[in-house]
Amino acid sequence: MVKVTVDGIDVDVPPGSNVLQACEAAGKEVPRFCYHERLSVAGNCRMCLVEIEKAPPKPFASCAYPVAEGMVVHTDTPMVVKARQGVMEFLLINHPLDCPICDQGGECDLQDQAVGYGRDTSRYDEHKRAVKDKNLGPLVKTVMTRCIHCTRCIRFSAEIAGVPELGATARGETMEVGTYVEKALSSELSGNLIDICPVGALTSKPYAFVARPWELNKTDSVDVLDAVGAAIRVDARGPEVLRVLPRLNEDVNEEWLADKSRFAVDGLKRRRLDSCWVKRDGRMVKASWTEAFAAIAARVQGVAGDKIGAIAGNLADAESMLALKDLMSALGSQNLDCRQDGADTDVFRRDFYTFNTSIAGIEEADAILLVGTNPRTEAPLVNARIRKRWLAGGLTVAAIGPELDLTYPAQMLGNAPALLAGLRDGSHPFAGVLKGAKKPMLILGAGALARPDGAAILAACWALAAGSHMLTPEWHGFNVLHHAASRVGGLDLGFLPGKGGKGLSAMVGGGVDVLWLLGADEIDTAKIGANTFVVYQGHHGDRGAARADVILPGAAYTEKNGTYVNTEGRVQRGQLAVYPPGEARPDWAIIRAFSAVAGKTLPYDSIEALRARLEQTNPVFARVDILPRFGCTDLTGPAGDASAVAAAPFVSPVPNYYQTDPISRASPTMAECTETFATPARAAAAE
Amino acid sequence: MLSDQDRIFTNLYGVHDWRLAGARARGDWDGTKEIIARGRDAIIDEMKASGLRGRGGAGFPTGMKWSFMPKEIGARPHYLVVNADESEPGTCKDRDILRHDPHKLVEGCLLASFAMGAHACYIYVRGEFTNEARHLQQAVDEAYEAGLIGKNACGSGWDFDCYVHRGAGAYICGEETALIESLEGKKGMPRLKPPFPAAVGLYGCPTTVNNVESIAVAPTILRRGAAWFSALGRPKNAGTKLFCISGHVNKPCNVEEELGIPLKELIEKYAGGVRGGWDNLLAVIPGGASVPLLPKATCDTILMDFDSLREVRSGLGTAAVIVMDKSTDVIRAIARLSAFYKHESCGQCTPCREGTGWMMRVMNRMVQGRAEPDEIDTLEQVTKQVEGHTICALGDAAAWPIQGLIRHFRPLMLERIQQYKSRGAARMAAE
Repeated sequence: MVKVTVDGIDVDVPPGSNVLQACEAAGKEVPRFCYHERLSVAGNCRMCLVEIEKAPPKPFASCAYPVAEGMVVHTDTPMVVKARQGVMEFLLINHPLDCPICDQGGECDLQDQAVGYGRDTSRYDEHKRAVKDKNLGPLVKTVMTRCIHCTRCIRFSAEIAGVPELGATARGETMEVGTYVEKALSSELSGNLIDICPVGALTSKPYAFVARPWELNKTDSVDVLDAVGAAIRVDARGPEVLRVLPRLNEDVNEEWLADKSRFAVDGLKRRRLDSCWVKRDGRMVKASWTEAFAAIAARVQGVAGDKIGAIAGNLADAESMLALKDLMSALGSQNLDCRQDGADTDVFRRDFYTFNTSIAGIEEADAILLVGTNPRTEAPLVNARIRKRWLAGGLTVAAIGPELDLTYPAQMLGNAPALLAGLRDGSHPFAGVLKGAKKPMLILGAGALARPDGAAILAACWALAAGSHMLTPEWHGFNVLHHAASRVGGLDLGFLPGKGGKGLSAMVGGGVDVLWLLGADEIDTAKIGANTFVVYQGHHGDRGAARADVILPGAAYTEKNGTYVNTEGRVQRGQLAVYPPGEARPDWAIIRAFSAVAGKTLPYDSIEALRARLEQTNPVFARVDILPRFGCTDLTGPAGDASAVAAAPFVSPVPNYYQTDPISRASPTMAECTETFATPARAAAAE
Repeated sequence: MLSDQDRIFTNLYGVHDWRLAGARARGDWDGTKEIIARGRDAIIDEMKASGLRGRGGAGFPTGMKWSFMPKEIGARPHYLVVNADESEPGTCKDRDILRHDPHKLVEGCLLASFAMGAHACYIYVRGEFTNEARHLQQAVDEAYEAGLIGKNACGSGWDFDCYVHRGAGAYICGEETALIESLEGKKGMPRLKPPFPAAVGLYGCPTTVNNVESIAVAPTILRRGAAWFSALGRPKNAGTKLFCISGHVNKPCNVEEELGIPLKELIEKYAGGVRGGWDNLLAVIPGGASVPLLPKATCDTILMDFDSLREVRSGLGTAAVIVMDKSTDVIRAIARLSAFYKHESCGQCTPCREGTGWMMRVMNRMVQGRAEPDEIDTLEQVTKQVEGHTICALGDAAAWPIQGLIRHFRPLMLERIQQYKSRGAARMAAE
């Protein structure tokens, strides 16, 4: 450690730190615009100037100055204050000062620091600079005249997002940030540019002129639009969710958020189910809760338990899945499934279906094999973490599956599942890389498990992991990457066919008379038997509701307290930010209410009691927010036959990143993104 | 006055053959192998003893700069980079070296590279120097052909490659770290220091960046000895220097003279005197556009060397003497320089990006007098806000000429403002 004195306070900081970090360690706030902990140091805003004793008598940019033993730093001398005031004046002379119409107002670094270092009037009597706005696509709005050229966005796109599309053209006063040839940013992380921009140059396009930060109620929650479980903050005004921002969680999303999770929230206001509907004479009519429950109870009456089934969707919370499971067993049914894609999972052990290395653990890996997955669309934040690891150096990535652009170099081994055998017996050259690696990882996409030979793929991958030093008492390198937020939770609480119970295909294929869909919209509803009575419980009028005989309006993830388990197996709690619209209710409460109508009253009246039951079902639910790292001592693999792998190539389960669930399908912003990025004809025409 | 036998650049005016044969006749490439045989430390010590200060403007001791390179060559190769991006307004000394005496530079590159353990040297030539780059390339080719550089250069056992790289004409690329960035193929924007190039330079390897003149004089110093060189000039300002005299003189010229020569003598002896006689002199910018100007009273007695000029709050810079007689609108002259710095600012850091434009606009108004008297103080404060707050020295260079103007010509600026005001009042009265 290096001893540094900041304003008379002694601090010890690690060698290689910069003076700004030392100042923060001493609790001294240093204003800055260009410096960002997760980006390279640019040192160009000159706001973080400090005075250093025994150095030339001029202010130094603290972000770019390394600490030295015994260094004495002053952050509040007259020279420092004067220097910062000077820089602030320069930043403001060409800044439009249009705060009243700027969306950054109230959460703007420039505004905040102008309070500390700005003048009350301007001495600049010349014409101000005006810069033409750039079109960066449907998500990021630009007002480039406000740009202070800190280059955070350029560094973010080049370093974190891995799409070096932003840059500065021209020089001096005329320097402009842009894409040179105007184009939409082709990154799933572009929304983070809005967060890192210290001024209002880059703001959210869908959120433009919508609200001021002080009008918003802020609720900490977790994201459910992929299986990463990113920490989010839900900003709502009245009954409306206006935006979602990332929250810091070093273990999961650091401080980033993927675009779908950030921008799909406008789908929460559209196509909502806000009252019960019952089919009468072939037409859906509005109904009260009593009527809807009565209709279901009447239909269930007398149906044998094995003719009733339930399917849970990708956004379902663990509480409602458990309540539904309990309801089904009370009705005598073992017909349950939470795997809408028909994936073949082995729940004998938890590490057969979770991301065992953990997302933060990726940073320790030195070789990664991706099997049948495109993390860039299935879990952009996992992909960003792999890229971060790759940037640090010494990581080899290879992929079996379709050709991918992952934003970092990866050896594309080909799209033949048979390669797994070659890697296992050592005949494939990449087997040598895995053998030579100290902490190798295998990431198996959940999409590969949905193949008819899913069990075989799972077994083959486990066998490969076991044979390539991926499974040691200190290191668990076998990972399943899910893309459905409810999946691991559903598997943890056993929302699966019981003994003799029917699975997804049997239920959808006419095997049941009554089918309860808990937000299940990704199934092929056309296959559901014509005589099957479908109860759809959910929040959007999507595919499931279109086939329903009774619709029960549920709550979206921002409207209920719910437990979700991410792909790592991390149990996290989402919080209610706004109340569900109209007649809609939290999902577990709907099921509990129906159970009383059906005469099978479930034994819990509060979410606390239900959560106690959840912990009873599987003790992992007691470990909220805690994810211990573990190794693997038992190499016994899952039940499948590793040699039964079929020849069919892998196909991505997320062909269009922007529309994967009822919320994002209802979102106009996501529709626009789909048109911009995912429609091949449009994309080709744009080039 | 410098005697002819003490001149280093004996073909400064291009009257002799600039090619290898001519260079050899003037003594270049003589005993290069023997100099190398003295060893790295001996060469660096000799350079230190000579007292040579960098000729690019900052005047940092060259021998000491060379000694900053790591003693042992580690995993990363060492590089010498020669700054031939001569763009300082008023300066044209490197240009004549490249044109008429390129072999001095090539030989210097070999010796300097050997002294700092570099096997490769890049010469970054200003983009506009078309013919100069061509001459230099021919000189390099000739040297390769004659075995003077390349594998086993001069039979010394040292392998040395020399590359000529042409810039694209940006003033900022004359800043050493921006030059390195540009050489690497990136946008020419100065790097943050530390780390200094001697630790992390070109391609992340230890690098020394030297001015053309500093490198070109090295072989002669090493041949004739440090004692000879340090005996010339004044203490701590040793040796000879190329002066570029331009502006309102009868015979603008480049000339090699001892450091410490009186400015008046320099102008009268070599440049044919100030147009209209010495008394017609208004001011002189003594060291290229970046340094504050000197009023005539200072010019009468000032000696042309680093320390003397520093004492009068100016600088030797590149020793480009820009002479202005009394016909000059000195405010307009400095405003033109402000426009230059505004145009050449790279835009990376805030004070320079925003400040150069501000200063230029106020200066443009000052030319007309369309300003308030207290704006002179504001302008001076703005220059102080830029100076010393930037990543590189361009901010300082943009601030100093204006500071010099305000220091010496504030009454003139006030008078201009008054004139403008009274003209306005007269117009109002007439209406």
